[in-house]
Formats: sequence, structure tokens, C-alpha cells
Amino acid sequence: MTKQAILAGVILVVLLSAGAFGQDRPEAVVDSSNLTGAILPAPVTNIEAKNHKYDDGERIDLFWEKSVDDPDNIFGYKVYRIDKDGASELVRELLPGTTEYFDEEVENDVPYQYIVAVVGEAGEAPSEMTPEVMAAWEFFNFSKLNILILGFIVCGSVLFFISSAKSGKKLFIRKIGGLEALEEAVGRATEMGRPILFIPGILDLDDVQTLAAITILGKVSRVIADYDSKILMPVSRSLVMTSARETIKESYMSAGRPDGYNDNMVQYITDEQFGYVAAVNGIMVREKPATCLYLGAFFAESLILAETGNSIGAIQIAGTARPGQLPFFVAACDYTLIGEELFAASAYLSGDPKQLGSLKGQDIGKIVAMSAIILGTLAMTFASAWELGFMQSLLDILNSIFVTN
Amino acid sequence: MTNIGLYFSIGIIVIGLLAILRYSLKGKDIDRRIIFLFMFITVASSLLFKMEFPEKPTLIVKKVFNKIENLPEGSRILISFDFDPAMKPEVMPMANAFVRHCMVKKHKLYIMTLWATGQALMLESIEEVLKPEFPDAVYGEDYTSLGFKAGGVGVLNVIITDFRKMYATDEHGTPLDEIPLFAEVTSAKDMDLILPIGGGAPGPKEWILFVGDPGKVPIAPGLAAVVAPLIYPYYPKQAIGLLGGVKGAAEYESELLRNYDQFKDMDTPALSMMGPQTMAHIVIIAFIIIGNITYFRKRRMNDNA
Amino acid sequence: MKRLIPVLITSIVGTVLVFSVFFPMAETWGEDFSLFFDIIAVFAFFLGGGNLVRVHLIKVLNKKGDWKFSIVTLIAFAITLTAGLFKFGSVDIAASVTAEGTWMQTIFNNIIAPLSSTMYALLAFFVASASYRAFRAKNREATILLIAAFIILLGRTPLGMFMTGWIPEWFSIAQIPNLAVWIMNGPNLAGQRAILIGVGLGVVAMSLRLILGMDRTYLGSDHD
Repeated sequence: MTKQAILAGVILVVLLSAGAFGQDRPEAVVDSSNLTGAILPAPVTNIEAKNHKYDDGERIDLFWEKSVDDPDNIFGYKVYRIDKDGASELVRELLPGTTEYFDEEVENDVPYQYIVAVVGEAGEAPSEMTPEVMAAWEFFNFSKLNILILGFIVCGSVLFFISSAKSGKKLFIRKIGGLEALEEAVGRATEMGRPILFIPGILDLDDVQTLAAITILGKVSRVIADYDSKILMPVSRSLVMTSARETIKESYMSAGRPDGYNDNMVQYITDEQFGYVAAVNGIMVREKPATCLYLGAFFAESLILAETGNSIGAIQIAGTARPGQLPFFVAACDYTLIGEELFAASAYLSGDPKQLGSLKGQDIGKIVAMSAIILGTLAMTFASAWELGFMQSLLDILNSIFVTN
Repeated sequence: MTNIGLYFSIGIIVIGLLAILRYSLKGKDIDRRIIFLFMFITVASSLLFKMEFPEKPTLIVKKVFNKIENLPEGSRILISFDFDPAMKPEVMPMANAFVRHCMVKKHKLYIMTLWATGQALMLESIEEVLKPEFPDAVYGEDYTSLGFKAGGVGVLNVIITDFRKMYATDEHGTPLDEIPLFAEVTSAKDMDLILPIGGGAPGPKEWILFVGDPGKVPIAPGLAAVVAPLIYPYYPKQAIGLLGGVKGAAEYESELLRNYDQFKDMDTPALSMMGPQTMAHIVIIAFIIIGNITYFRKRRMNDNA
Repeated sequence: MKRLIPVLITSIVGTVLVFSVFFPMAETWGEDFSLFFDIIAVFAFFLGGGNLVRVHLIKVLNKKGDWKFSIVTLIAFAITLTAGLFKFGSVDIAASVTAEGTWMQTIFNNIIAPLSSTMYALLAFFVASASYRAFRAKNREATILLIAAFIILLGRTPLGMFMTGWIPEWFSIAQIPNLAVWIMNGPNLAGQRAILIGVGLGVVAMSLRLILGMDRTYLGSDHD
């Protein structure tokens, strides 16, 4: 009887062990030290592991529903990864309340399984093991398909209007006061025998506003070269200095006055924001430019520059795509290019029909945006006020079109 | 004595404004230097004689306070000092208030800056607030500092996937793998909350666009007042709340004082600055009114002529 | 040729960056190009610093107007550069350039910080003078702007609550601080978003012109 009992016990232990190993349960996770008599916390449920979609692989996303003992009776969670050989590895310990983990230390096309253990006073309570999952890379990010389609619509309309402008079709472009006044402002400085100050913002060439400023500089410096005026251009970035010099030099060359150009027209001051502002203010007060142009990316210095310019009686034209600085420029300058007008300036000034066509193309983008805003507002209002199902569906469709991630 | 000085200053300002009002009734514009003089007297007297007002937190600030308050002990919070000395008076109070709140709640603090000029300010907060007020806090276990790293948005694009790709060591040259706080941290996505403080670029907006939104990490920015309107579009989804300028910082300080007795003797620069800010706003309003009186007088005189 | 190569670089880099948004394998290329830019920008520092020294040296040597200021600039440049380059005062060469006890930290705390704060503080004065000039009730729109300015100015101080705190809770929107938040969150936000949509479309159109090589003004001339 005793022998039978021992044999039965041994068989039971072997069977249980086999059961455990049969599930590939890692040794580290099995709780074997419930010495305190405390109760193990409830395990997590609905654990799911899946390949992270639309990336270049090497990432598996893990989701679960938290333990019912979370947060009062647990210390946290442990995530175990089991590879194809059955070897388990603790990959991360997480705080209570966590319900997801993204494993970015995996190889592509290799099967992995996961266990999330709840850690409590009595030990660890492992979850079920997930089915095998492999990380894989995708060629195209379909989650951004909506952006691609919207991009095609906007870019396509820009290209369409460019080609229709090429074919000689007349396009109406509204007048932009600030740009119309540019030539007059340069002429005024020439008459007064005073210089023109050009500030291209305080960001580097990798900012599109600085690039827009440099394109406008190309046009302005051409007029300056024609009028034989003087330009002062203190800059806060070395790359902007080299680029601006090339631009002005080319303008003087194409005006047939290469001798009129010299490198000192563009001067590097400092990258430090307020050091630069102090220097520019000093230049303004000493040189008393008749015209000040502030075009590009500006921050807190916008009002300091514009007010100093105002105090010396200069005619001032500003332009920036930073909405926070626009009120300051509007208050202190004679003309302000608002947002997109800054980017439109070079096309507008060139008068080249092809470039003007690109401005017209933007309008299609605006029509799309305005239609979506009106539709979205109506759908939201009707869906929440009268709980109309089809309006909610319309809202969902709009959300899926314009959501970005 | 303080009150006498304050009343005397207010008296001078009021008499001066009345004199200017009389002048403006003649339809004459005021020289801008007079405006500067009034601003100077107003701000200086309110600062010197410590004019203070009680503060009541608005919902948008309260949400940030409650988030830090309700996170479980040991949560990971990253503070980025993305500002320079120029912005310091406006945003440093909120940075210090965040540091105090995180430490008193025993959260794990990760400190860094994307601005070269922010490095010294970050150190100042550690040396003058964190260390003296929380002497038991251990470097590497309770807080750590990554210092400054050049690259702006590039840094954010990298740390959202891996800190170690961008920072081989912490500010003191210790490899991240040897710092206990980084033992379980791979990327910025492992943070429970990010508190970017600043007002320029790269700053809070970039943190929202390149880390908070894609990494689904809660962000609660502290902002210079002038850029706060730019971040409103991100509230409440991408930014759980925000502190705008001195007013936001003052509300946060008042909330700290209300909830923690141990801070009753703490330095409250934002609350102290609300006095001068209030007085300055009143003087600006007065000048706007005077400007309009001048404008209408001029117009009437022109019409009559 | 002189213009063809930059235009080609712009077109290729621009196209690749657009691709990197939609093709996961190219996701890191954007970061790589950012790094390339940083490397080039670092070398450009030499050009900037060199230009600064050259301009001011010439001014001092020729004793041009305000040449004494140029001496201050040159001395400040030399001291800061030396302190930063050799990390004077630093116990460890690997430590940060502004670490505790370094010359750079002293310069930073005692010169750069107060000077920058002073410049920034000028804003308080300029905001006052610009407000005085700009906020005039010239027409209906300007009057609305003026009223909004008053509400925001009062709403950002405890005075707003002091003046309108008596308004009952059910009509709390009329309290000045809440009105200020409404203006910021409502009309102000709507305007800003409209500007940002316009900016986004403007950037697309301008980028297309640059990538397609139609706009070459940034290279100095429209012509090859």
C-alpha cells in the first residue's frame, strides 16, 4: 500500500512536471516559494501578443487586462519572453496599472511566446502563455495611407495648376500688401540714403521659414542692387550667413554690378538669442536703417526688434509662420505677411506663372480643409444633440481620414 | 513701513496717470519713454514692497497637480529644462515646483535639457532645491541627470526608441547601464509622465509632437506665457494640462502650499511676481485707455477743423 | 553646373524624406539626414566665428566708427572661447563644459544669464508702448480686439477674480478669468488653427517648388 502510494505520488509529480514543461512554462516564473502563507495575486487575463504593424520589424506588442488585485495587493508585473528553444528571459519589470508592453529586443521571423507574471507578496502568479508570434517588417505603412491620399490631392492640385499656368491660362492671385510695398520700401531707403536691414529670423537653414526668407532675399537684393542701395544683414546662424552671401552675390551679378557686392553685407553675430537681439538693436540705433524687413522664424525677440525699428521711424515689413509672434508684428510693423503669405512671397514676387500656379493649388487644400471642418462640426452637433446614427458614422469617417497616427 | 512705501508708490503712479490723462485730453500723444518710466516704477515698487495676492488654481493647472499627486510612488517622471537664462524668471519657478512635488511624492526623477543654456539652470535646480530640501534623495536611485545633448528634435526622435543610442553616459560620465534608475528604462516611452518646461524650439511643442503623441506618454508642459496659446490646441488630449507663465506657476505654488505643510517656508517666486504682474497689467490698461482718449480727442479736433 | 548640384541634392533629399514617412525601412533616413545637417552646421561655426573676428578686427585696425565696442566683442569672444575650449576650472576633462566650478559656469551665471534676462525684460516695456499705440477703437473690429485685450489682461491676474468673483457659479463663464480662458480656447484657437492650416499648405507648395527645382531664388538666381 505504501509502495503504491509512493509510486502514485511519483507518477503524479512526473505528470504535473510534464504538464508544466509541456506548456513550456519557464522555471523562473513558476512560484515555488510560497513560504509566508500569503495568497498569490490573481493573474492577468486576455494576454495577447502581436507583431507591431507597419514598421521595419523587431517589435512585438503585448497587451493584457490587469490583475483584479491591481493596484492594492501587487508590487507590479514581470514580462517573460520564451524563445523557440524554450529558454525564458525576464525582459521587463513594470509598475502596477500597466496593461501593455512593447518588446523591441526581438529578431524578425523568429517565434516567441510571452508570459506576464503578477508579482505579489506571496510570489509570482504567471499568466497563460501566448501563442507563438513573430516580428516582421512591412514594405508600406498602411496606417498612413490617408496622409498619402491627402498629400496626393494637395500636391496633385498644385502640379495641375502649375501645368495649366504653363499652358498660358491666366490665374487670379490676390494682392499681398506687404509684398507690393517691398519695392517702395527699398526705393524710400535709397532716396533717404540710408540702408535696408534684413533679418532672416533666428533659426537655421533647416527651418523652412528661413529658407522662405532667403528666397525673398534673392528678390529684395536684386532690387537693392538695381537701386544701388545698401543692405545690412546681421544673422544668428553661420550656415545662413554663407547662404545669404551667395544669394546676394548672385543678385548683384545678375544685376550686372558684381563690384557692388562685398562680404560684409552679411555679418554673423551669435547663435545666442538675446545676444543677437542686443547686437541688432545696436545696429538699428547706430545705422538708422530706413527700411527693416523681418522675415522668417521669430520668437520673443519679435517685439523688441519691431519696437526699436518703430522708434527710429523705419518702414517695417514683417512675415512669420509662428502664430504666437504675429500679433506683435501686426502691432508694431507697417505690413505683416501672415503665415502662408511668407511662403508665397517668392512665387508672388517672381511673377513667374508656373510658380504662381503653385499658389493656386493650395486653394484646393483649403477647400478640402474647410469642407471637412464644416462637415465635422455639423456631424458632431447633430450626433450629440439628436443622437443621429448616420451623423456619428460620418464623424467616424472624417476622424479616420484626418487622424495622423 | 512696507505698506507705507507701497501706498506711496501707488499714489505717485495714480497722480502721474492723472497728469498724463489731462495731457492726453489735449489730443497729444505721449512719448514712449514716459510709458517706460511708469512701467519701471510700477514693477519695481511692487517687487520692493512685496505686493502679493491670493491664488486659486484653474482647472488646467489643477490637472497637472493631480496627475503628479495621484501617480503611484516610484513612478518615472522626466523633466526637461528647455529654456535659457532669459526665460528663467518666468519658468524656473514652475521647474522648481515640479521638482519639489515629484520628490515629496517619492517619484523617480529624470532630468535633462535640449538647450545648451539650460544645463546651468538644470544644475541650479538640483543644487539649490533638490539636494538641500531632500537630503535623503540618492543620485542614481531617486533622481538622475542626463545633462545637455545637442541635436534638438533629433534627440527626441532617438530617445523615443532608445535612450542609450543618444546618451552613452549620464551628465557625470557614468554609463547608463550602471545607473539603477535606467535598469528598467529603454526609451522615453517608459516614462509615466513628461514635464517639458520652456517656450522656444525645441521645447514643449516638440516634446508633444515627437514623444508624447507617438509614444503615448502623458505630457504636462510648463510654458512661457507668450507661447501658452500655441499649446492650447493640444490640451486636453496630447497635453493633460499646462502651466502658462508666472500665473500658472503661482497657481501651482499655491496648490503645493495648500497641500503640504512642509513647504510653508519655501521660496515662492511666482506668487511674489504676481503682484508686479497685476500692477503692470493695470498700468497697461490705463495707458490703452489714455491712448484711446487721445485718439478720439484728435479725431474730434480734426473734424472741427 | 554650379546650380544643378544643389538643386539635385534638394530634390533627392526632399524626395527621400517624403518616402521615409510612408516606407518603414526608410524611417531612420530622416534622422540620418538630420545628423548630416548637424555635422555640416558644426563646421559652419568656424566660418561664423572667423567672420566675427575678421569684421571686428578690421574695424579696430581701421579705427572705424564705434571701434571701441569691437574691442569689447573681441575680448569677450577670446575669453569665452578659451574658457570653454580648455575647460578651465573643471576637475575632469570629460565633465560638462558648464559643470560646477568651471570658468564657463562663472561666465554663464554672472554675465550671460543677467544680460539675457535684461534683454528679455525689455519686452515688458515694449509690450506697454506697443499696446498704447496699437489698441485704438478705430472701427468695430478694433473695438472688439480692445475689449478682448482688457479681458485677457485682467484675466491673467488675481484682479479678474476680485472684480467678478461675486458672479454665481451657474454663470461662472462671465467671470473674467473664465472669459479669458474662453477667448484663448475659442476665438483665439480657431484663428491660430486657420493660420496653421494655411502655413501647412504653404509649406507643401513651397517644398514642391523647391524639390521640383522650380524655385531657385535661394541659390541667388532663377536661372542656370
